[in-house]
Amino acid sequence: MTFLRETSVVFRRQIRMNLRNPAWVLIGVMQPVLYLVLFGPLLEPLVDQFGTGTDNAYTFLVPGLLVQLGMFGAFFAGFSLIGEWREGVIEAERVTPANRSALLVGRLARDLLQLLVQALILVGLGYVMGLRGSVGGVVLGIAITLLVGGACAAASNALALTTKSEDVMAPVINVVMMPVLLLSGILLPMTIGADWLKRISDFMPFRYIVDAVRDVFAGDFGGGSVVWGTGWAVVLFALAMWWGTSVFRKENA
Amino acid sequence: MSNGKMIEARGLTQTFHTGRGKKQTAVHAVAGVDLDVAEGEVVGFLGPNGAGKTTTLRMLVTLLRPTAGTATVAGYDVVRESVQVRRSIGYCSQVGSTFSGAYAGDEVVDHGMLYGMSRTEAVAKGHELFDRLQLDGLWRRMPKNMSGGQKRRLDIAMGLIHSPSLVFLDEPTTGLDPQARANLWEHIRDLRAQQGMTVFLTTHYLDEADALADRILIIDKGTIVASDTADNLKANVSGDLVDLEVAGDEQVAVARDKLASISDSVEVEGHHVRGRVARAGKAVPGLLRDLDAAGVALDSIEVIRPSLDDVFLTLTGRSLRDADETATPPEAEPGQPAYDTTPTA
Repeated sequence: MTFLRETSVVFRRQIRMNLRNPAWVLIGVMQPVLYLVLFGPLLEPLVDQFGTGTDNAYTFLVPGLLVQLGMFGAFFAGFSLIGEWREGVIEAERVTPANRSALLVGRLARDLLQLLVQALILVGLGYVMGLRGSVGGVVLGIAITLLVGGACAAASNALALTTKSEDVMAPVINVVMMPVLLLSGILLPMTIGADWLKRISDFMPFRYIVDAVRDVFAGDFGGGSVVWGTGWAVVLFALAMWWGTSVFRKENA
Repeated sequence: MSNGKMIEARGLTQTFHTGRGKKQTAVHAVAGVDLDVAEGEVVGFLGPNGAGKTTTLRMLVTLLRPTAGTATVAGYDVVRESVQVRRSIGYCSQVGSTFSGAYAGDEVVDHGMLYGMSRTEAVAKGHELFDRLQLDGLWRRMPKNMSGGQKRRLDIAMGLIHSPSLVFLDEPTTGLDPQARANLWEHIRDLRAQQGMTVFLTTHYLDEADALADRILIIDKGTIVASDTADNLKANVSGDLVDLEVAGDEQVAVARDKLASISDSVEVEGHHVRGRVARAGKAVPGLLRDLDAAGVALDSIEVIRPSLDDVFLTLTGRSLRDADETATPPEAEPGQPAYDTTPTA
């Protein structure tokens, strides 16, 4: 109970600060929206050659953009934490008796709410552009996206509190994100690539997550990819939460 | 506290490791500190940069686990009962405690709620503190739009929201202009005078420790080198400088002899006769009677009390200013603000 209460104090404080700057929510969703509007039309004549079971460019593209939103948007969550740390906020919170994990979880809840709003905007716009998917699939797809987002936000917060420097964070995120983006089949499916490229992407957990969201959007719940993708999302979330809470619990973080 | 002790530390030690692999060296930032603070006391913790002030403080407020030694704060062990310690103390760090883009009142209320207060309680207490700390009207102001003095007072309000009986102030007036500084001193004095709080403050300003503290602890190179009242420290160390200005040439020798009877270091320069005298406040009335009886007329008499800088110089052989310049703070690790400390245990 105390934990929930403390988490909600942290969460409400974060939300209040976000609402003071609602532009950030929109700026965060701008990138996937631009992909949707400016890249989606390029896929329309090509999508039936992908062999992904859909001939609708947007049913194909939106799931990838969702996962991308979950990864990229959440990875930047740590930057605001560095700002707070620099101003002494984190330390002030750490001399209160509040549970240190609550300090992290309250912030993650903010990141997830923000991600949910962005995901709804993206999917809504997708429908306008011509996306047609199963409702249950869309709901499940967004849920998987939130798991991925939670994992990335927790990792980002852990990285922020470990490095305590934007100058270190930014290159690390870039180095990690570029291969993830290219090997996950977010914009184009890995199935159209050369065999060696496919083999490499087999080692990329996010590829299975993208495949899973794509399948459930298309109404295919029975395939192995749904199990693999959901499984990976859960595993990544658990790992990142473990990392995040251990950093927040560490003395002198 | 049944024994009236607010802080009791024994052999408190913090060792950092810098460098990696074979180049790793141990830095003893705090090397066995013993200290006691009684309930209701205002203690000034003085030392040059990098002497171990902040590191000691961070161990006492449970932000840093001691490498060795023990500390009891407000009756609780800082390691085993850290949550109870946190509940009992307020801490105002030198970097601040509020987000620059949030409303001051919101920050204070949220902080109180993290201590388990209800919103209503926290709002009421917050307004009371804002009134008392001259922050009235700033409830809906963001710290980025506040003056340095207002921000420090807001930090104090944050530290006091849960009505602790012991408050730690880390360099509370660093970077403030003289007026804001004097104003903050008044508020710090009020903490004890009106609320009976125990105050533990670190500073590297001598006058600040002198003006606020009942007792001064001096730390240098990780160990406590002195613990006494400012007056005693000054008296024991060098004595006060008594400067007599004699009216006539022929009286200089007489004045010198009289001063020499209570001082062993008399110098003469023109009409001025100077000497160091322990506890001059007590000795000077007798000296004046003697001089009067001997027919010596004075143009002026001045008693210059030694500064804490003199004290530090005598204790360590270095002046505080030099110590600041030569110190290599173990806290200053690359990529981190100088106040932070990172044990690589």
